[in-house]
Amino acid sequence: MEKILSLKNVSKTFPVGKNLLGKPDKFVHAVNNVSFDVYKGETFSIVGESGCGKSTTGRLINHLLTPDTGSIQFMGKEISNLTQDQMRPMRKDMQMIFQDPAGSLNPRMRVEDLIAEPLLIHTNMSREERMKEVSELLGIVGLSSKHAKRFPHEFSGGQKQRIGIARALTVKPKLIIADEPISALDVSIQAQVLNLLHHLQEKFDLTYVFISHDLSVVEMISDRIAVMYLGFVVETAPKELLYKTPLHPYTQALLSAVPIPDPDYQKERIILEGDIPSTINLPKGCPFAARCKMCRPECLEQRPETKEVEPGHFVSCHLYK
Amino acid sequence: MSEKLLKVKDLRTEFFSSKKSSVVAIDGVSFELEKGEIVGLVGESGCGKSVTSLSIMQLLKDTPGKVTNGEVIFEGKNLLTATKKEILDIRGGRMSMIFQEPMSSLNPSMRIDKQMIEGIRLHTDLSKEQARERAAKILSQVGIPDPQRVLKNYPHQLSGGMSQRVMIAMAMSCDPQLLIADEPTTALDVTIQAQILELMKKIQKEQGMSILLITHDLGVVAEMCSRVIVMYAGKIVEEAPVKILFGNPTHPYTQGLIASVPKLGSGVKVLPSIPGSVPDLSSMPKGCRFAPRCKYATDKCREQEPELLEVGAMQRCRCWLKQ
Repeated sequence: MEKILSLKNVSKTFPVGKNLLGKPDKFVHAVNNVSFDVYKGETFSIVGESGCGKSTTGRLINHLLTPDTGSIQFMGKEISNLTQDQMRPMRKDMQMIFQDPAGSLNPRMRVEDLIAEPLLIHTNMSREERMKEVSELLGIVGLSSKHAKRFPHEFSGGQKQRIGIARALTVKPKLIIADEPISALDVSIQAQVLNLLHHLQEKFDLTYVFISHDLSVVEMISDRIAVMYLGFVVETAPKELLYKTPLHPYTQALLSAVPIPDPDYQKERIILEGDIPSTINLPKGCPFAARCKMCRPECLEQRPETKEVEPGHFVSCHLYK
Repeated sequence: MSEKLLKVKDLRTEFFSSKKSSVVAIDGVSFELEKGEIVGLVGESGCGKSVTSLSIMQLLKDTPGKVTNGEVIFEGKNLLTATKKEILDIRGGRMSMIFQEPMSSLNPSMRIDKQMIEGIRLHTDLSKEQARERAAKILSQVGIPDPQRVLKNYPHQLSGGMSQRVMIAMAMSCDPQLLIADEPTTALDVTIQAQILELMKKIQKEQGMSILLITHDLGVVAEMCSRVIVMYAGKIVEEAPVKILFGNPTHPYTQGLIASVPKLGSGVKVLPSIPGSVPDLSSMPKGCRFAPRCKYATDKCREQEPELLEVGAMQRCRCWLKQ
């Protein structure tokens, strides 16, 4: 399988607070030592709760943020140290879909101009060619070309997200980073958009990095999944392994916390105590130790290494040697 | 279990943009709540579930909204004709509410103790000290490890899960008979959601109160409720005990809604989805409101609106197919 994206030991911190000299003295450790590979044609999901660093990871991949340390390779090319100007041509192959469909569309632009804008930047098509492309794309995402002249406010949330998807598709990207693309939508609309994403992946041979907090959605769409906690990737595995035999205690708790829409379903629920610790002062040992039922003395002292427990199934936990 | 705590009859709430023009947010909503049961009110955004709860609580005063028809009978008293003083007495006392955004429902410039004591003293004749003790006791009941410290905190010093616990504690502080919980866990992470749901179940069991749980999450409904009311475009379309609703939903909308939720462990790649989107409140379809999206719709459905009728034991459904 061909690697399309590879992250190695990527870290990102944000300064907060200032000392007397006006220099930042505290840092939010948003992403810590994250490594994973994404292969061509797959859907790689990043799951975790709010503040776990999943969106920051997405922004690092797309070079909207630059990492402090570590390397990010996209299609064999190191992109972590590129300037924004050098990055621009690469963005043609890497597009993004955002969570809030209303907020990511300029309310003063017509749909056709919104969708055609990437073409204006990345190609030298004439206006006619662009408009032809737009009406084709509108059809592909389940809208019609009669919608082209309208403004974003005339559409419902689900339709706006379809416009966002059409815009991401214009430049025929290889990789799409979708950051919570359906969380703002209603249940019946979520299913429509998920199905559309699935269909587009088959049609255009797309690779997705799918960022979500919803484990049921992730199970449906993913091939492989990384679970993040406090900026660390704690477990990476193919979907089947992760859902059948979750290894990390956090993954186990996360899976057991998902409410199942079936009143007859009986399950053992692991209720986690307490809240997520602050990312300003990271714990010395395992990031999850403070809430973990299996916590042992070494967990408080030492960061666990990432181990491959079975083929493709990586976990960072002292329980697995 | 047969005593009715709350009866809502034919409730209709309109939002006025001027004296003459209005949109009808909910229409003909009728249901009953018994003592000690948890009932779920589900539906998508704009279906009127929150408006229903605000209408019951009489919290539409500062909005363009107005209840224009119906009755809300709580413990034998019609709240819509009650005086302002009577309402103030009931609200926060016998009947209380928790909201979706714990952060924005707490006053950011008041310490927790002041907010809680204020509420307790409004409804009881406890002294300040006694009220403070009571507040601390309730905080520890809702699983807050160090109540004395939390009482001295401002809301911004608490995490989302903690503030929702404080909200629950405030709602519980006067032993309500009815708790209306409007999306109480939607803003929280799953592991915190699990904590809060567990807590609500525990408190409900201990106090024997009724909960009207408003949510869009069918998973939460399946776990918490004994009975479910499904709303669509301002009307109740189905009502059934939870096991029947999930096992044998009768309304095509309920069927579609349940099918379109991804289930953990089901292994499907493509979900059945409901085509189209919810109709605009200002231009409702003439017949059944779900007809434009319904795969079984006939000409009759498009012309005439069906009634909400009994279709089985404790099950009601608004659909021509079942009548």
